[in-house]
Amino acid sequence: MSRPAGTTGRWVREHLVLLLGLLVLVYTFVPIAVVVLMSFNDPDSRLIYRFDGFTIDNWLNPCAEPSMCDAVVRSVEIGLLATVLATLLGTLAAFAMVRHRFVGRSTANLLVFLPMAAPEIVLGASLLALFVASGLGGQLGFWTILVAHVMFCLSFVIVAVRARLAGLDDTLEQAAMDLYATPAQTFWRVTFPLVFPGILGAALLAFSLSFDDFIITNLNAGNTTTFPMYVWGVAQRGVPMQVNVVGTVMLVLSIAIVLAGELRARRRAGR
Amino acid sequence: MSQVAEQSPGGGAVPAAGEETAYDGLRLRQVTKRFGGFTAVETLDLDVPRGSFFALLGPSGCGKTTTLRMVAGLETPTSGAIELAGHDITYAKPYRRPVNTVFQNYALFPHLDIFENVAFGLRRRKRKDVADAVHRMLELVELESQAKKKPAQLSGGQQQRVALARALINEPEVLLLDEPLGALDLKLRRAMQIEIKRIQVEVGLTFVHVTHDQEEAMTMADTVAVMNAGVIEQMGAPAELYENPRSTFVANFLGQSNLIEGRVLRRDADVVSVDMQGITVSVPAARAHTDGDRGWVGIRPEKVLIGEPGEELDAPGNTIPGGVISDVSFVGVSTQYLVRMPWGQELQVFSQNTGRHRIFRHGEPVELSWRPEYAFLLDISQDAHAGAEEGEE
Repeated sequence: MSRPAGTTGRWVREHLVLLLGLLVLVYTFVPIAVVVLMSFNDPDSRLIYRFDGFTIDNWLNPCAEPSMCDAVVRSVEIGLLATVLATLLGTLAAFAMVRHRFVGRSTANLLVFLPMAAPEIVLGASLLALFVASGLGGQLGFWTILVAHVMFCLSFVIVAVRARLAGLDDTLEQAAMDLYATPAQTFWRVTFPLVFPGILGAALLAFSLSFDDFIITNLNAGNTTTFPMYVWGVAQRGVPMQVNVVGTVMLVLSIAIVLAGELRARRRAGR
Repeated sequence: MSQVAEQSPGGGAVPAAGEETAYDGLRLRQVTKRFGGFTAVETLDLDVPRGSFFALLGPSGCGKTTTLRMVAGLETPTSGAIELAGHDITYAKPYRRPVNTVFQNYALFPHLDIFENVAFGLRRRKRKDVADAVHRMLELVELESQAKKKPAQLSGGQQQRVALARALINEPEVLLLDEPLGALDLKLRRAMQIEIKRIQVEVGLTFVHVTHDQEEAMTMADTVAVMNAGVIEQMGAPAELYENPRSTFVANFLGQSNLIEGRVLRRDADVVSVDMQGITVSVPAARAHTDGDRGWVGIRPEKVLIGEPGEELDAPGNTIPGGVISDVSFVGVSTQYLVRMPWGQELQVFSQNTGRHRIFRHGEPVELSWRPEYAFLLDISQDAHAGAEEGEE
């Protein structure tokens, strides 16, 4: 009598961590599963968010709502541009902060964290105040959004690249120079390839931050609409199911990127 | 003491001024390196003949690695000049001097495979037939089969050999080795010492090896320079340094020494007589390194003979009576005794277990003796324990 109970108790104890882990995963993935499911929804009414029937129409006509597609394109454009600019500037800044001793270096190290720690609404509002005060109040739109996105992505890029660079053994660069590599060759043959994973990670992070952002964007967008702003705008009137298609595509793309990276790493390790 | 060592280093390697032209080896002249207020290397003069295996030996922080880095171009001397094969390279960029380094942590490029690591220097200089040269070099270090692997997939000893191959393939004027065996375990270290020595003989390049391991320096190098606190204490062939040390630091850092205080009685042409605690001993004049009237009489523990009181010892020197065994450790090939002398000092005696003598026990009275030609005399102003702890590694 006591023995089966004891074994059950032990089984539960041994698998508790696994069980809790699964629960956390479920908690995380249920909303995403709903998005994927709803991308195949054939709704009876736009006002009620409910699965009424299966269809692939949403996938066949993703741009049934032209304004949504415009918003997606705009978000991708801003995301790519902001990523390129923030990654470039952030990588240069990270090199400066790790490799050079200059006045204000420790202050700069501290200030880099501020945009990450400050509430977005504060950043967005102060940026808007800055634009208005500089006489750009009438110019709010694509370019002000881009400036805002580069601003908040920069901190994340600097932190990510700096961590990678700080972990880099500097005798590797000395070895390269010892083996007849000029400073430029040393950088492109040794430093850059070794820091590249950090830069790539920073770029991916910057893109998703930019694509995602609502609060700062909303304050500095003027009449321009990005994808998150579009979703927010139509949420009151009923969301078109194509929004879920965009969401699912983003999900699949992220998973594909992560998988590709993982496969590459495994193939390298296996060789 | 540094003054003495600098002006008259052993091996006669420092030539007179005016002879500076066309030296085909590595030459350092009056090289000083300061980091802020700290002097790492102090007016160093050094000549490394072409094709020799040269070891810079010293405890950590003695300036040996800084010296190496200045030769490699990774540090710039505060003053002085470095010449290589007749060219001044003091301020040349590291990638413009025919010098390659085997780094202490190997510094292999983790993103390149073994082949590309070894090929790195040749490719930078746009050499032809890179593949052939790399394969020949990998053959030399017996890593042919590992060419396609990444450094992380190799063992420590294999990585060490890759680092060696990567430097050697460039056929530098001087190959610098910065404690290259420090990360390996003892057995592998011994094997690699022989391996590196073999390769040096085979390729005939000049090797400058930095180490704190006196056994490693003595096994591998033709010439050893013992460095301490930024200056070279003594330089010469390993046997010469060991047999005839010029300072207490060298006497203690290279092996072990008994140093007994004595008073100089008489200086003849080839022998110095010293009153050592009431017993007159003689030291060859060539081994007396002090002008003062007092000094340290030095004798290596394995040169000391031990016997029962009154026993005839095979040494024409004086017998030193009154010793009492205070410690015995049997180590197989030899027995190591500590003998307390009447003046209170404990002397070390290593006695080979040839079977000629029985092993003495703790508390037994004994007599000591040694052949006068093995003794040396050092300056009394030097610390009798200098270098003793550092040498025990």
